[in-house]
Amino acid sequence: MTTASPARTAQRGVRRLGDRVFSGTAVGAGIVILLLLAAVALFLITQSIPAFTVDPEDVSILRGQSFVEYVGPLVFGTIWAALLALIVAAPLAIGIALFISHYAPRRIASVIGYVIDLLAAVPSVVYGLWGATTFAPIVRPFYVWLNENLGWFPLFAGDVSATGRTILTASLVLAVMILPIMTAICREVFLQAPRLHEEAALALGATRWEMIRMAVLPFARGGMVSAAMLALGRALGETMAVTMVLSVSGVISVELLTSTNPTTIPANIALSFPEAYGEGVNVLIATGLILFLVTFAVNALARYIVNRRSAFSGAN
Amino acid sequence: MSAITRANPLTAGRLPRWANLAVFAAAAVVFGVGLGLTAAAERADFPVPAFVITTVLGYLVLLVVLSRVVEGPRRARDRLMRNLVVAAFLLALTPLISLIVTVVGRGAARFDITFFTESMRNVTGEGGGVLHAVVGTLEITAAATLISVPIGLLTAIYLVEYGRGWLARAITFFVDVMTGIPSIVAGLFAFSLFLLLFGPGSRMGLSGAVALSILMIPVVVRSSEEMLKLVPRDLREASYALGVPKWRTILKVVIPTAIAGISTGVMLAIARVIGETAPLLITAGFTQSMNYDLTDGDMMSLPVFVYNSYISQGVDAQAYIDRAWAGALTLILIVMLLNLLARLVAKIFAPKLGR
Repeated sequence: MTTASPARTAQRGVRRLGDRVFSGTAVGAGIVILLLLAAVALFLITQSIPAFTVDPEDVSILRGQSFVEYVGPLVFGTIWAALLALIVAAPLAIGIALFISHYAPRRIASVIGYVIDLLAAVPSVVYGLWGATTFAPIVRPFYVWLNENLGWFPLFAGDVSATGRTILTASLVLAVMILPIMTAICREVFLQAPRLHEEAALALGATRWEMIRMAVLPFARGGMVSAAMLALGRALGETMAVTMVLSVSGVISVELLTSTNPTTIPANIALSFPEAYGEGVNVLIATGLILFLVTFAVNALARYIVNRRSAFSGAN
Repeated sequence: MSAITRANPLTAGRLPRWANLAVFAAAAVVFGVGLGLTAAAERADFPVPAFVITTVLGYLVLLVVLSRVVEGPRRARDRLMRNLVVAAFLLALTPLISLIVTVVGRGAARFDITFFTESMRNVTGEGGGVLHAVVGTLEITAAATLISVPIGLLTAIYLVEYGRGWLARAITFFVDVMTGIPSIVAGLFAFSLFLLLFGPGSRMGLSGAVALSILMIPVVVRSSEEMLKLVPRDLREASYALGVPKWRTILKVVIPTAIAGISTGVMLAIARVIGETAPLLITAGFTQSMNYDLTDGDMMSLPVFVYNSYISQGVDAQAYIDRAWAGALTLILIVMLLNLLARLVAKIFAPKLGR
């Protein structure tokens, strides 16, 4: 024992200077990220405190409303637009992902996957420009048709906007924007479904859809939900598409086709920020803080679902 | 010969291959003629939305009914779902094709030499260009890359090579959180940071770079982490066995092996932030003149240029719209180029691991 101990201490004792400097730098970089995030939260909070205490009469953008009255319609509009986008995008994304993973020939599938990845990179301002000038006039006839035939339904009631730039158009553009990311995640999950289960289902005489419903979808449920949540988080924070497409009036309304539409928090910040001054800036930053908290909650929930799923998927 | 006329037992009770097409054509003809006659009787225009909606619905209903009668309920459902999946794909493809066609078609009008050699200074009508915005975008993005790549790469190295315990878990979690930060919130953060440092009214390019690096760091960390994890353990252990210290192993063995993947990730991260509008609108502001200095005054960028040309159209509205489209086309070309370049790098410099 006495002969072994010096060798062991020598082994442990060698901590070269280079190693210490390098690992120190790496740890430092990690800590910088933590500090950065803490700074984001801290700055947003300190900058938004004046917004809660300020006299509404002193701030021009509040137009005499209290902060809660000002922010209520914005929160409603943000969630409403994002939910509409998700309702449209989710079935489509699952359909495309299934098409790529289980229906399309392999060579075509890889090309489509590549195209979808490229589309995820198209800047949001381009989607906004396209939505406002090209897409809105195209969908307007469909809005007129919906209004004439289903006008008794509250969502489609009211007078159809003359420009087509309504909350539904904004949500549809948002849906197009979140399609690529949702499709990409769903495709990954579908491709991971156990091959043996699929082949067993087909061998027992199941049709392709029965195979998908029995072997693929149950396996992919968690992944699909988390893809939807991540897409929702993206739709909540998306700014330019809504800013450029929507003609805003800042009310709470569920009518999808009229020219009086609720607006969203990010769009409101982008529109009002250049002209804001004094406490007006603080009010806008406070709305940004609310947005941050909402997206944080949605994303955290998505991560939680993913992690819970990965704990059980080892069963295969 | 009765053997020839008798139906093939393997395809009996199935609809023929051309059934889908035939049913679709039938639905289109029936509803097209029907709606056309009604419209003609009322002297109205041909109702396109009603035609599209009824044709698609009619096709699906007809096909399912036909398939149910000939093939039975299970195959009918299979056929329905297959058609819905293909329909979802086609439906999603149309806006995307429309987007590309419109941007290229309308952007080409002003995609000329003047557009890339002049700024917007003293331009109120036609003419003018985006040189100031291109310079601003390049400088701001380069600064953001300079900030985020060292931090992101070192963090990835920490997570893969050193990270143990609560600190590594906390960093992983908060990098995930950072991925979800809305771009406009990053802009608000950079704005209030520079408000604190330099006082009110301090809009500058550097502030925009800080905002962009908030969005860029998590992407760089994630992609570099994945790439470093792909480096085989054997390589590291061979290096340790030769007595090479850990830091030299990382610098000389691990990073060179993963460098193709890391640079691909960095390029994709750049492609992602180069089109960001909202944070730059808040932090870097907008101007019509050239500004080469990141630390002095408002700085234009390409996405903000597109937004601004559309939102505040001048007297000659068409000139502004044309410039907006040309700017959008430029932006898309830059992003596509970066993506292609990233893929090329990944393909050409991929390590030959010889497995």
